[in-house]
Amino acid sequence: MKIRLDNVMKTFETFRAVHGVSLEIESGELVALLGPSGSGKTTILRMVAGLEYADAGHIYFGAEDATDIPVRDRSVGFVFQHYALFPHMTVAENIAFGMKVSKVRRDKAAIDTRVTELLRLVQLDGLGQRFPGQISGGQRQRVALARALAVDPKVLLLDEPFGALDANVRRDLRRWLREIHQELGITTLFVTHDQEEALDLADRVVILDKGRIVQQGTPEEVCRNPASAFVMNFLGDTNRFSAAVSGGVARLGDAKIPAPGFADGPVEIFLRPSDLGWSHAGEGIAATVARVIDRPAGRRILALTATGEAVELDVAPETVVSAQQKGVITIERARVYAAA
Amino acid sequence: MSAHVNGRPPRVGDAPAFRRALIGIVLSLVAIVIIAPLAIIGYQAFSQGLQVYAAAIAHPDTLHAIGLTVVTALIAVPINTAFGVAAAWAITKFDFWGRRFLLVVIEIPFSISPIVAGVAYLFVYGLQGLFGPALESADIKILFALPGIVLASMFVTAPFVARELIPLMQAQGRDLEEAATSLGASGWRTFFSVTLPNIRWALLYGVVLCNARVMGEFGAVSVVSGNIRGQTNTLPLHIELLYHDYQTAGAFAAASILALLAVVTLVAKVLLERQGAGRARRSPALAAPRAAPKTASAEVSS
Repeated sequence: MKIRLDNVMKTFETFRAVHGVSLEIESGELVALLGPSGSGKTTILRMVAGLEYADAGHIYFGAEDATDIPVRDRSVGFVFQHYALFPHMTVAENIAFGMKVSKVRRDKAAIDTRVTELLRLVQLDGLGQRFPGQISGGQRQRVALARALAVDPKVLLLDEPFGALDANVRRDLRRWLREIHQELGITTLFVTHDQEEALDLADRVVILDKGRIVQQGTPEEVCRNPASAFVMNFLGDTNRFSAAVSGGVARLGDAKIPAPGFADGPVEIFLRPSDLGWSHAGEGIAATVARVIDRPAGRRILALTATGEAVELDVAPETVVSAQQKGVITIERARVYAAA
Repeated sequence: MSAHVNGRPPRVGDAPAFRRALIGIVLSLVAIVIIAPLAIIGYQAFSQGLQVYAAAIAHPDTLHAIGLTVVTALIAVPINTAFGVAAAWAITKFDFWGRRFLLVVIEIPFSISPIVAGVAYLFVYGLQGLFGPALESADIKILFALPGIVLASMFVTAPFVARELIPLMQAQGRDLEEAATSLGASGWRTFFSVTLPNIRWALLYGVVLCNARVMGEFGAVSVVSGNIRGQTNTLPLHIELLYHDYQTAGAFAAASILALLAVVTLVAKVLLERQGAGRARRSPALAAPRAAPKTASAEVSS
């Protein structure tokens, strides 16, 4: 089912949560709504579900205008951040709930068969008789997904699906959700504030800031070509410098950074830690090492430039470097944005 | 050893003299203020023998008072339960203008003297009152009759159920109801299969407290009932009447029934608290009354 949002707006009392958002999600696509808290991502998801009504604009499911269809009749599967499993029902009863209350009558045997099927799909065979309080967080998450899938929704919506889980469980569940999506091909929209999660899981990432879409594209597009300083900053660690362009070239220390298309004047230059290198001499920014942080994948140097600006850079694990050492930060890649 | 229990330095208030004095004061107060009067009721009720006790209870006026009290409770408690559930639901699940105001207003009967409620009802439904003439011409009798007694009891006990439910339902949030609705459940279905099972103990707890108060209410009812023996006297009013008539054994016999009700309420309260009612402090995800022992759930959810 293709979903289309057309200029959707939502205001809470005096706070404008969503400003005219238009978005298309192709049938079978897995899309992430990514943004900091307060960016309106959850509100958009809840409007697609019908848990909030849009103040203006339209939401289409396929060709049908779903804007005013109540959540009960919208046939969406919604997975809540804290799962919202019914604590007084067993896992099997939770999964069966949607089928039992459905207007489509199903006999008990059919429901039981479907519950067993779904338990197998979410790899929880044999746990049907447990209560939600008796299983782990990751298992609860999977029960919530099975419950949402039980009613054959047109769309699957997930609100911060892995937010409450620890890092290892989260990574496993992410891979697993991707597999389930591949298997079922259901149109899926999920909300996250974790850029790694969005990039890892989604076909397409929609980045939001203050109730507006600031960029959307495949993970590759948004990573390689961030549309604005905000996106650049939000997607990962960056170092920001103010510099001046003259004749299409910006200068940082004695490094020259091409800035084609920028008029002479101030600009902002963003450098990821991995875009930088450390060398004893050469063209770059002169700096002194303040501290070295060792990580499994390499070493991160915290350095101070001559003008006192802190810079973080990642170097290979073999690099021999220690605090107080003087050297030069070399620049391999840089992104230039107009000064704010 | 006295100052250093188990070899540790004393915590605040751990000094033995202080501890003993505090416990002593509390115990004697409980004995004088609570235990002794209750014991006296039991003693006085049976002071002239079981037969006098039985006769006092079996007196038509006493039986009528018991009957009236039960009927009042049978009407007032269900209405207030429905009101309490509706109010708690509205306050915790909807956003509307005046929500906070409603939350405060519901608590008014707790902070106001019941006699004020009684007098207020006089001014509203009495002959000289707001609706008095209209009611009289329609031949509807509210004051000095059952409707007045029920209304006064309802006023006094209006907050009991709502107050038990609101903190619990606030803690549970709206997720469960939203989940049920998104799965296609109707409003009623959501209430009966999702909301009610999760609030049932707190609800029962509120009903028990509400019932005890309805049956025991004196002040408001005494103003609106007119104290007509054998007609509009509830049990508490009847006890006062007997007492003023110097029928001590009868008064204490009737009082022993109310005291018995209090004991039953207390036992019910303790049992319900074991089921988790009366403290809405658990995480919604783990609020399952039938959940595994704490240790097991802590293990798997880590």
